Amino acid sequence: MDQYMLEIRDLHVHFRVYEGISRVLDGVSLDVRKGERVGLAGETGCGKTVTMKIVMGALKIPPAIIPKGEVILDGQNVLKMSAKQLLQIKGTKVSMIFQDPMNALNPVFAVGTQLFDVIRFSNRHTGNGGKLSKKEILNRAIAALDEVRLPDPKRILNSYPLELSGGMRQRVLIAMALVNGPSFLIADEPQTALDVTIGAQILDLLSELVRTKGISVLLITHNLGVILETTERVNIMYAGQVAETAPTALLFENPKHPYSQGLLASVPRLTGGEIAEGIRGMVPDYTAVPSGCRFHPRCDHVMPICSQKKPSLLLVEPDHLVGCWLYAKEGGVK
Amino acid sequence: MYSILVLVGLSVLIFIIARILPGDPARLALGPFASQEMVARLRHQMGMDQPLHLQYVAYVRGIFHGDLGLSFQTRRSVSLDIAHYLPATFELVLVAIIWVLIIGVPFGVLAGRYKDSWLDNISRVVAFVGVAVPPFVVGLIGQLIFSYGLGVLPTTGRLSLLTPMPPARTGLLILDSLIAGNFRAFGDALIHILLPSLAIAMTGIGQITRLTRGSVSDVLGKDYIEAARAFGIPNRYVTFKYMLKPSFIPPLTIIGLTFASELGNAFLVEQVFSWPGMAKYGIQAILRKDFNAIMGVILIIGLAFVAVNFIVDVLAGYVDPRIRIQEES
Amino acid sequence: MTADESTFSSVGSEITVTRWASFKDRVGRSWYRFRRNPISLAGGSMVLLVILLAILAPYVTPYPKHAGVFTDFSSAFQPPSQSHWFGTDEVGRDVFTRVIFGYRVSLMMAAVVLGISVPFGIFLGLVAGYFGGRIETIIMRVTDIFLALPPLVMALAICSAFTPTIEKAMLAVAAIWWTWHCRLINSITRSIKTEEFVQASQVIGSSHLRILFKDILPNCASAIMVKITLDAGFVILVGAGLSFLGLGVQPPKPGLGTMISYGSQHLPIKWWLTVFPSFAIFFLILGFNLLGDGLRDMLDVEAEGM
Repeated sequence: MDQYMLEIRDLHVHFRVYEGISRVLDGVSLDVRKGERVGLAGETGCGKTVTMKIVMGALKIPPAIIPKGEVILDGQNVLKMSAKQLLQIKGTKVSMIFQDPMNALNPVFAVGTQLFDVIRFSNRHTGNGGKLSKKEILNRAIAALDEVRLPDPKRILNSYPLELSGGMRQRVLIAMALVNGPSFLIADEPQTALDVTIGAQILDLLSELVRTKGISVLLITHNLGVILETTERVNIMYAGQVAETAPTALLFENPKHPYSQGLLASVPRLTGGEIAEGIRGMVPDYTAVPSGCRFHPRCDHVMPICSQKKPSLLLVEPDHLVGCWLYAKEGGVK
Repeated sequence: MYSILVLVGLSVLIFIIARILPGDPARLALGPFASQEMVARLRHQMGMDQPLHLQYVAYVRGIFHGDLGLSFQTRRSVSLDIAHYLPATFELVLVAIIWVLIIGVPFGVLAGRYKDSWLDNISRVVAFVGVAVPPFVVGLIGQLIFSYGLGVLPTTGRLSLLTPMPPARTGLLILDSLIAGNFRAFGDALIHILLPSLAIAMTGIGQITRLTRGSVSDVLGKDYIEAARAFGIPNRYVTFKYMLKPSFIPPLTIIGLTFASELGNAFLVEQVFSWPGMAKYGIQAILRKDFNAIMGVILIIGLAFVAVNFIVDVLAGYVDPRIRIQEES
Repeated sequence: MTADESTFSSVGSEITVTRWASFKDRVGRSWYRFRRNPISLAGGSMVLLVILLAILAPYVTPYPKHAGVFTDFSSAFQPPSQSHWFGTDEVGRDVFTRVIFGYRVSLMMAAVVLGISVPFGIFLGLVAGYFGGRIETIIMRVTDIFLALPPLVMALAICSAFTPTIEKAMLAVAAIWWTWHCRLINSITRSIKTEEFVQASQVIGSSHLRILFKDILPNCASAIMVKITLDAGFVILVGAGLSFLGLGVQPPKPGLGTMISYGSQHLPIKWWLTVFPSFAIFFLILGFNLLGDGLRDMLDVEAEGM
């Protein structure tokens, strides 16, 4: 479909581990429309990182097994791409922002060296032919640093990661991600490793940049507040399954899946007198997953069918899908 | 600099130990048949009838003039003796370091890159064996197999008896023979230095292989390698540039220790191969209680160690900007 | 007892019970990991074998008298055979017997050297790390002096002052060895010193000695264990080197380094005089290294140096 930047259809990912087979992703389906900012939220260990790595082509296939599913990025199936093809789209079509800027930058090279390398190599693939001159690379680097509002670009280029503050490093990483003009951006918890105020600045910067450039974004985080502020649609993920998908505002107002309800209820509020509730139980072991709906052991509304069959995503209102048997009577099947 | 202080402390320590020793070195030097007068004269000549601290002061003053005293045995200047024997040891240790670098480092890199492969398992065996086997054993077994058994390598000395020595420019036979264009001597010197230098290098090879392997494997798991790949930098470039440089930092920091262990090993290996070096001279000095010679050798070794550590520190700061930056702040 | 007191004592005994249970649990789990690690198993069995052989030497060897003063020139220089597995040496003694007794000497050397240097080094390291300031500076400067030379060279230098005997050799090596443990413990102590549980002890008013032994020392335990095991191999290596050079074990006592030294004069014809002691000492050192390495993996510890 032309309007989709990313379509993931029924993706299954397993890992062969010492104890057996770890079935991490169990039929994940989600999409990102062009120009849209979509969130992928869930607690640690729910499979968001694996999903992200698959889209980036960064998952090593021998330990990982993909028995079923498609991942279509701007019309092409990523799973069927050769290494060479993947190399062509990395940085140029799809790019990534990492969680911890200190770890994502090589500490023994100057920031400029790394930025120049990104510019240099990605340009070879976008068919402009030939290599860029040093001057051209330098200009592009300075322009990229300008865009992320870093003053004194020449000094930054000559600095080592250790010499920069956390916020500056993340800006540099954003510059590296955007310098080759990708149309799709995956942001993995971009604000988590930073101080709250700096993190907010970074998110603002990111939002503005993607808006002006029309980049589609998949934002991955466990922080619901960030989701609310920066995304238009959100997917809630639990234990390798998509629990609920909806426009952000709608989901926060009216969460349908028991897990989403539990998540939102457990966010502490400054007003009101009660302590926030948690969700009872624990995230499952992926080598011995619960049958049917993976959330059923922890669900307060569990029904017999929940442990027998996995619920498909059901449409409960326009653009609002829930993977829960509670809504089977109401809506149709997607 | 602090290291000089340490050297001073060392010299005091050894001086005290050496002077406390029981038995009369002058008597030892002259033998049991020398008369009492001769012994007393030698003692006076050596300044041994002075109180201890005065002896030390005189000694230190001598150092600044390049004079390390006279050997009890040879009655020659210790500095001259050491200058005579030092190049042989220096050449040996130098070649040993080269072995460590050209065997240990690439092996370690490959082992770390292809972790748990057969290559990696071999590297682990090499690492353990290298560190566990005493250097003199390596030398002796090497002689057994290659010299006596296969007849390929010589057993002792730096050159065959019939090969004339090239004119001494650097004292390093390998370089001297090249400079003089004497390729026969060059080849001869090479096969003579092969086994002893390997014997010295075994410990270092084991250490460096293991450390490099660990370091490479560590770096490959780091986020910045994944990030570089995610930004579209080709894998080969990532391996050679982004992985190698950070991986070399831990091995670099222990090169100093490796050098120290090699110096220690030299004492054993020079015995096995009758290598006419400073270490062998030192052993003989120890056995005959020639403590001026002993002091001289100790000081030179201490100095060499300080120099090597200094070079390593500078190199480390150059390769790893984190060290440089922290030192500046 | 009042209600409070009885609650306290029952809680106290519960705590004692759980502490013992958790200790047993930890030991059990460590042993399980040890068993599963092939390196530590190999190393452990090698070391165990040698220790057993050494302890039972008089009973295990065919010619225990050959370990001491013994000559039988008619049987000198015999190659390995049924009656003499490792052959005989220059005065007719059975090499196999002497190798096993040589193991005794090596192990004893390791035990004595480490037994002296480790407690000394640990104590100084604790004091230096904990009190810091000038005390630390002095202690660490002294260690620097001892570490200014490679260990073998330093040991040689110290040995040079005395007539060569094995006791002097052991003292010389011990005199150097404490420095490494001192450094290791010093760095661990420095990093732990600022932890909260240490501060808690200080606030309660525990004496310094008590803090050192109850709070800080247990945290060094795994590092010390790994280091001692690796040290054993290294001490034996240095000891063999000293003996080889004539400064350690003196004849007619059986010492592996000494035997190799004598044997080297008779290469290559009487190769067994060199080969078997060489392999024996390699076996022992390798065993300790493997064991120490396996322990390190198991305890997940980073020991300094090798």
